[in-house]
Order: sequence, then structure tokens, then C-alpha cells
Amino acid sequence: MSVVLQTEPFEPGALLTAFAAGRAETGAVASFTGLARAEQGRAVALELEAWPGFTDIEIARIGETAAARWGLQDWLVVHRTGPIAPGEAIVFVATAASHRREAFEACDHLMDYLKSRAPFWKKEHGPDGARWIEPTDRDRTDAERWETT
Amino acid sequence: MARVLLFGRLADVAGWRERMIEADSLSALRVALARGDGVLGEALAGPGVQAAIDKTIVRGDAALTPASEVAFLPPMSGG
Repeated sequence: MSVVLQTEPFEPGALLTAFAAGRAETGAVASFTGLARAEQGRAVALELEAWPGFTDIEIARIGETAAARWGLQDWLVVHRTGPIAPGEAIVFVATAASHRREAFEACDHLMDYLKSRAPFWKKEHGPDGARWIEPTDRDRTDAERWETT
Repeated sequence: MARVLLFGRLADVAGWRERMIEADSLSALRVALARGDGVLGEALAGPGVQAAIDKTIVRGDAALTPASEVAFLPPMSGG
């Protein structure tokens, strides 16, 4: 059950191997890795800004909520901050549960939350300057899928 | 007096990220910021911009103390 914000690149395979190790009672581990796109040359680099002491606590709060909702045994969010080159991993999410449905859904939910509601600000640097990326309508409706009445 | 933090495009608009500003409420702080920089004032009132006092999102007005930390947060996007 942890959140890691880091400026250094990470290797998703190594994170998944470590997360899945030593789990005699876990039937399912789901994971997602998000990569920075080059956008056909329009994106030379992405820059992710976070607010340490706020961003990590907000992600931990949503992680705890997801853990309770889907009965997770464990979850992990690793998120890059600072400059990120195309092809590098930005985000890694893993969930562990007794059965696959819970692991899949919780992982999907955590990613939808990270895309549009976690306190990050994303700037795309291209050949013609920089622009701030804000959540798309699709990102917002994806996040709304999980709201319970 | 409050410590004001700007994130994302708001910091680009203002040309600063952190500043001490005299104000005893959030609404007074918004007025002071807009008086000093009209473009920033408009950006702070823009859609999706949230304010946090001492790391808690607030809606509407709120009192500030000299120890308050006020952050203005534009629409968020991770992943």
C-alpha cells in the first residue's frame, strides 16, 4: 500500500516482479504502465509537476478507498515528476487481490483517478514551445464511471 | 499575511510560484492578487481552478491567519 513520486526513470518490469513476489494468498495481480508519447514529433518532452505533501497524500487517500471497495490485499502507485522523455514510463499502478475481477477494476479505477483528479500538472514541450495539458472530456467521463450513488 | 503558492499554468501566467501576501480572507487575497496582476486575477477565477488552505481544498470564502498557506490549483492531469 504505497505511493512513490520520483524524478528518476523506473523499469516497470522490475516493479511488477517485486510487487508480485512472495504472495501465497494472492490469486491476481493487475498492473498498468503509462508511457510518454512522442505525438509524431509534437512532444519533445513532458514535464510533470506535483505538490509533495499534497499529491502523495491525495493518491494514498484514493488508494485506501479503492482497497476498501475492492478488498485489495495490496496496491502500488509509482509516478514520475519532472522532465520525461517520449517512450519513458510516467506511471505504474499495480493491484493485488484474491481474484482477478477486483484486481482489474481497482487498477482501472486508480488510473482513471490519476488521469483527471490527482494533483499533477502536465506540460508538453514541443518544437513550437510548451503547452499545458488538461484532462480531456474522455478522461472526465472515465473517472465518473466509478462514482457510486 | 499568507503564503501563496501557484501551480501549473498559474505560475507561468504570474511569473512566480510562491509569495507572501497581506490578506485576512481568501476573497481579500483574490482581490489583492487581481489588483496586482489582472491577468492572474482572471486566471484564478477561471474554470476548474481550486484553492487549498493548508492543503485542504476549500470552496467559497475562508479566513486566513498569518500562518496560512494558500495554494491555487489549475485543472489536474496525471498519468
